[in-house]
Amino acid sequence: MRAIKTTTSSGPAIEVVGLHKAFGDVQALAGVDLEAQPGTVLGLLGPNGAGKTTAVRVMTTLLRPDAGTVRVAGLDAVRDAAALRERIGLAGQYAAVDENLTGTENLVMVGRLYGASRRSARRRAAELIERFDLVEAADRPAKTYSGGMRRRLDLAAALVAAPPVLFLDEPTTGLDPRSRLELWSVVEQLVADGTTVLLTTQYLDEADRLAHRIAVIDHGRVIADGTADSLKDRIGGERLEATLADPSQTASAVEALAPMSDEPPGAGDGVVRVVVRQRNGALVEAVRRLDEAGVDVEDLALRRPTLDDVFLTLTGHAAEERAEAQRRTDDRPEEVLSA
Amino acid sequence: MRRLATDTLIVAERNLVRLQRAPDLLLAFTVQPIMFVLLFAYVFGGAINTPGFDYIDYMIPGIIVQNIAFGGFVTALGLNEDLKKGLIDRFRSLPMARPAVLAGRTLADVVTNALSTGVLLTTGLIIGFSFNASLTEILAGVGLLLLFGYAFSWVFALLGMMVSTPEAANSVGFIAVFPLTFISSAFVPVESMPAGLEWFAEINPFTIVVNAMRALWLGAPVGDNTVLGAVIWSLAIIAVFAPLAVARYRRTASR
Repeated sequence: MRAIKTTTSSGPAIEVVGLHKAFGDVQALAGVDLEAQPGTVLGLLGPNGAGKTTAVRVMTTLLRPDAGTVRVAGLDAVRDAAALRERIGLAGQYAAVDENLTGTENLVMVGRLYGASRRSARRRAAELIERFDLVEAADRPAKTYSGGMRRRLDLAAALVAAPPVLFLDEPTTGLDPRSRLELWSVVEQLVADGTTVLLTTQYLDEADRLAHRIAVIDHGRVIADGTADSLKDRIGGERLEATLADPSQTASAVEALAPMSDEPPGAGDGVVRVVVRQRNGALVEAVRRLDEAGVDVEDLALRRPTLDDVFLTLTGHAAEERAEAQRRTDDRPEEVLSA
Repeated sequence: MRRLATDTLIVAERNLVRLQRAPDLLLAFTVQPIMFVLLFAYVFGGAINTPGFDYIDYMIPGIIVQNIAFGGFVTALGLNEDLKKGLIDRFRSLPMARPAVLAGRTLADVVTNALSTGVLLTTGLIIGFSFNASLTEILAGVGLLLLFGYAFSWVFALLGMMVSTPEAANSVGFIAVFPLTFISSAFVPVESMPAGLEWFAEINPFTIVVNAMRALWLGAPVGDNTVLGAVIWSLAIIAVFAPLAVARYRRTASR
């Protein structure tokens, strides 16, 4: 167990160059580059099957890359795998805790497997139990925990050795909104204390809130990379959304608003969306045009593009829609290695 | 090496705590063999001719060997569950000795095997089994049993990581091991079998181990090298399956 948070070198905490990984014929990662500075959050954003989990598995030494280099905390993920394992924490998609052990026993076990003595593992477990608000449940088997409590215990287990680099693979998938918010604030606190976090998520609001930099990943490639703001700027202007009182007037509304944009407006469910060329006066102009066309409007709004728009523009499909559709047909995680 | 020993003990401890908290598995692996002992003793016992031995004396070493081979099921099921729940990912991301997760599992099996052997032996003694052996021979027999059970735990460790569900582990293990235990001298003299089966039964490691147990516990007149053969078989199974299982573990993934 180490108390040192930062690595000896002053370089990036995570540095991935040209990472390739295939499972049989499936190219899960096709040349991924990533970089995270110490004490920041790098968000890996993409739908199910995009390659996020494979990337995390390579960075946490669980998988060997086919090509490319991965350095985490200054250590090579292949050559220095054993040393690297002492400096990382991993919390996965499933709360990886032993259900038959109590919360405390789980943390003590993990601490001892990190090489701590029974006594110091106990002390650290007690600290984490306190910090993650599990004091009352500490001596109950984890199978009696709620979903949110299990995730907290799982995250606590990842933090047992106070690792300088923390990997969170879809940490809030399946959590209720309150537990999600709680987890977000824990992550923010860790980062404030100097931990580097790599977070994968398919929730755009999560990346927007937590990540200093976001890498959008699809089909095993990083298709965009930057801060949330720079990604939004990259795909252009403000969105005007008109909610129609009568969806049958969609065609007239599209025709009326089309001249305001360089791109054809999108429409669906009685809502017409236009990427406007000019922010100033856009609302007034839209009202005038819709009024002239005799279209009744229930609501009219101008908004900054969201990461959803980023995804839609970059990949041609919505992030969450595809993820949802996949989850329905196949609830297993992405890279399943067959037996 | 020290790291391996420490980590193995930590994992073994975890698995034993688990059996204590969720004893259904342990119970199943104890009640079922008791049932078999009673069924064989009272249903088949009268019909099977075992020259030189009372059927209960003949059958008890056989059923105990069969039972201990299946003790490794706890390992197969447990590993499979750990894979499913992502615990194997966690273990593999920790700086622990690589073989420790498997070694800890199989070590925990030795403890549970000792318990269930005790239960079976007690049942046997109640229904009339009697040793014809010195204390040293009795203890040597127990040692051989635990070694053979340990060897099979490694077979089941590999199986548990290769199949996709605990149910599959159950049926594959059962289909693979159950006939093996029956086409042996465990329950009937091999001479009573058709020629092909008799040939197989004679080279079957189960026959060798069961005969060795009869030599140790009943003073049965078997070849001089039978006990040595049983030990070598057990060590050979470990030598083959432990490295295979560890290699599999190194590149295994949660599903």
